Amino acid sequence: MADLTCKIAGVTSPNPFWLASAPPTDKEYNVVRAFKAGWGGVVWKTLGEDPPVVNVSSRYGATHYNGTRIMGFNNIELITDRPLDVNLKEIERVKKNWPDRAMVVSLMVPCNEDAWKKILKRVETTGCDAIELNFGCPHGMSERNMGSAVGQVPEYIRDVTSWCKKHCDLPVFVKLTPNITNILYPARAAVEGGADAVSLINTINSITAVNLDVMAPEPVVNGVGAHGGYCGPAVKPIALCMVAEIARDAACKNIPVSGIGGISTWRDAAEFISLGAGSVQVCTAAMHHGFKIVEELADGLSNWMDEKGYKSLDAFRGLAAKNFRNWNQLDMNYDIKARIDPDKCINCGLCHIACEDTSHQAISIAKQGGKNVFKVIDQECVGCNLCMHACPVDGCITMERVDNGKPYMTWNEDPRNPAAKKTA
Amino acid sequence: MSKAAGQPANTDVDIKTGRLTPQQYDENFGDIHPPLDGNNAVIEANRCYFCYDAPCVQACPTSIDIPLFIRKISTGNVRGAAKTILEANIMGGACARVCPVEELCEQACVRNTQSEKPVKIGQLQRHATDHLFARKDAQIFTRKPATGKKIAVVGAGPAGLACAHQLAQDGHDITIFESRPKAGGLNEYGIAAYKVPDDFAQREVDYILSIGGITIKHGQTLGKEITLAQLRKDFDAVFLGLGLAGVNALGLEGENIKGVENAVDYIEALRTAKDKSKLPVGRRIVVIGGGNTAIDIAIQIKRLGAEDVTLAYRRGPENMSATDWECELAQTNDVRIRHWSIPKKILSTGGHVTGIEFEYAQLDKSGRLTGTGDTYTLPADQVFKAIGQTFVAAPLGHDAPQLTKKGRIAIDHDGLTSLGGVWAGGDCTEGQDLTVAAVAGGKRAALAITRALKEKKYG
Repeated sequence: MADLTCKIAGVTSPNPFWLASAPPTDKEYNVVRAFKAGWGGVVWKTLGEDPPVVNVSSRYGATHYNGTRIMGFNNIELITDRPLDVNLKEIERVKKNWPDRAMVVSLMVPCNEDAWKKILKRVETTGCDAIELNFGCPHGMSERNMGSAVGQVPEYIRDVTSWCKKHCDLPVFVKLTPNITNILYPARAAVEGGADAVSLINTINSITAVNLDVMAPEPVVNGVGAHGGYCGPAVKPIALCMVAEIARDAACKNIPVSGIGGISTWRDAAEFISLGAGSVQVCTAAMHHGFKIVEELADGLSNWMDEKGYKSLDAFRGLAAKNFRNWNQLDMNYDIKARIDPDKCINCGLCHIACEDTSHQAISIAKQGGKNVFKVIDQECVGCNLCMHACPVDGCITMERVDNGKPYMTWNEDPRNPAAKKTA
Repeated sequence: MSKAAGQPANTDVDIKTGRLTPQQYDENFGDIHPPLDGNNAVIEANRCYFCYDAPCVQACPTSIDIPLFIRKISTGNVRGAAKTILEANIMGGACARVCPVEELCEQACVRNTQSEKPVKIGQLQRHATDHLFARKDAQIFTRKPATGKKIAVVGAGPAGLACAHQLAQDGHDITIFESRPKAGGLNEYGIAAYKVPDDFAQREVDYILSIGGITIKHGQTLGKEITLAQLRKDFDAVFLGLGLAGVNALGLEGENIKGVENAVDYIEALRTAKDKSKLPVGRRIVVIGGGNTAIDIAIQIKRLGAEDVTLAYRRGPENMSATDWECELAQTNDVRIRHWSIPKKILSTGGHVTGIEFEYAQLDKSGRLTGTGDTYTLPADQVFKAIGQTFVAAPLGHDAPQLTKKGRIAIDHDGLTSLGGVWAGGDCTEGQDLTVAAVAGGKRAALAITRALKEKKYG
């Protein structure tokens, strides 16, 4: 059986599944329930200076899609609203009782060295395994010059990270905000500041919906709304890309990554790890379905690793990151055509109308025995995959390779590329 | 070996009223399909793939844009969904309840091909139309400027009402001549009560008439109070939606004795009864026939408190015109279905039916139905005949339109009869004897009438 033990930046946990810093990790009661359920670690909900913040009522918005609930989720909740003392005592007690689990403490204090020095001294006494610097929270705290207000300025990231490294011996995870134009700038700044790992992504600035009766953004707070942080399955593609960018960036020097963003299943986790993530952090899926989902996460990942012959997480970590290239490195000679299996076709016509209305007019429709028969016109098919994605039947439309082994040729090598000709 | 079932003929006729408690009547004749609530409707709507050139639409005689109305339900635009339905089929509410969807739209649903259950198109259609009818802004139709044309519609059933509604939209003034005291045709008088509870048929008629321009004259029977010849003189066009007035006979001696009844007559009495406990209900019932009317009477008499109901059909299950869903409904209502049974003899005592003798049937080598010679007898306090209805042409008078070989009014693809200015549709013409087919026929004729009036092709 595959070994799910996770080691990242000096922190070890029995599996890579951590609960992200969020309401599920706000207090001892929840965290103990999570550990009993089997979670490998937690990032305790962000601590700040006393007096604690005060939260509003009505905190979450959600995107429900085609009858599926919480495809995307946002929140306007702030950091912990409990006194620092209470949190620190609970962290200490939980870590003592659950020594094998990763206990990472998320922190956010004003952007000056003294403030950080002060809180770090207190956090160190809890026996926690690491700290995570919350430079991501895009709402509320950013208006107080914390959270993403820091995370959007690489110099601040670098400075705060270096203060933390200076004033404490714990591994430092820097949590990055995706609300920037290029994730590499804050990531490189964290590396420069001496970070032991980066965690990403934090939530994305968002309005999940507009309440058309109230005429205000959701979640509505007494007739008005604020932007909130978006997360959940909808953000996974954005998170994967940012993780992969860091994994392949030389200046990021293979900094360990704790992957976050819409992870709901073992497959999501495997994808993040294959793009270089060490541990993975989960929040929305747990908030939707409870802590029990970790059983599926761990079992599914383990079974898949057994099938593939991966004995440890390191055995496949980053394998897909190696195949993450820029567009100009793709093979211009690769050619595929859609193939429709008539035995599987249910006659919905979606492949035809998608191609006919919005693409290449490459799927013909003809009546045969009172039924529509769909055929791919190879000369018109560009191998775009649209029909395969639109088809509701798994395996009905497949893409067949037809380039007959022409050599790999990038756009830079392609004679059709005007720039390539000039350099040649 | 005769009398294989071995039961002696009934000698003590047991017919009673009030076999059930008031509560039981209410339960037995309440809604057979509880409507989908909003959330379940959205979940179901999201199962629709929004097919292109969708098979369900092709299977619908009124060509309702089913994927579009379902998508509208999924987005919360339920009023818009109802509009899509009613613009294609003004009786979309009734059809949602009475259509054999398992043979039409839902049978064509591509989900079946995936070995899944089809999208519940009928239930979604009901969800949308119920929603609209409950709204204050239910009227979604407008009338074009008045044309001054007057059109006579004979029969206020689905074909006539659908025709009249389309003609009203086109700006004409319509007079419907109806022999019965209520409009709605079979929806009011013939459909099983549990399919259209809460006076739905009349609510739908009210909705149809609310467009304006349609006057219904009741107590007007063709061939009596009115004649086709006079209507042709008095109106710019005539539409015949006459339905089927005749009932097939068994051709057996004694089929008119007490206790032997036409299913359609009894169903009409049931539908019009203010108090169902006043209906005479036998203890042992035999229904003869294999169509939906046979199923409807069998289930309803069972639900009125009959103890033992047998439906006997000449041929095998695959020959029954009742749908599988209907047969299953009968069986779950504790109706026994006996196939391969030809009625041979009506048994009676003192002028009242006591039973019926059947001969077992089989197909001979050439595929013809023949009796085996063996018989069995079923005791019966009531026997219901449901072996089909016939068109009665006599009321059309001397100058009648031509009939088909099957004895229905012959029409062209526009519903035009052999008589200039006279169109027809619904059960009095050939085609499926379904509400949805009648609506399609009525609307088609209306559109043709408007075209003809514009072009003045006759008259």
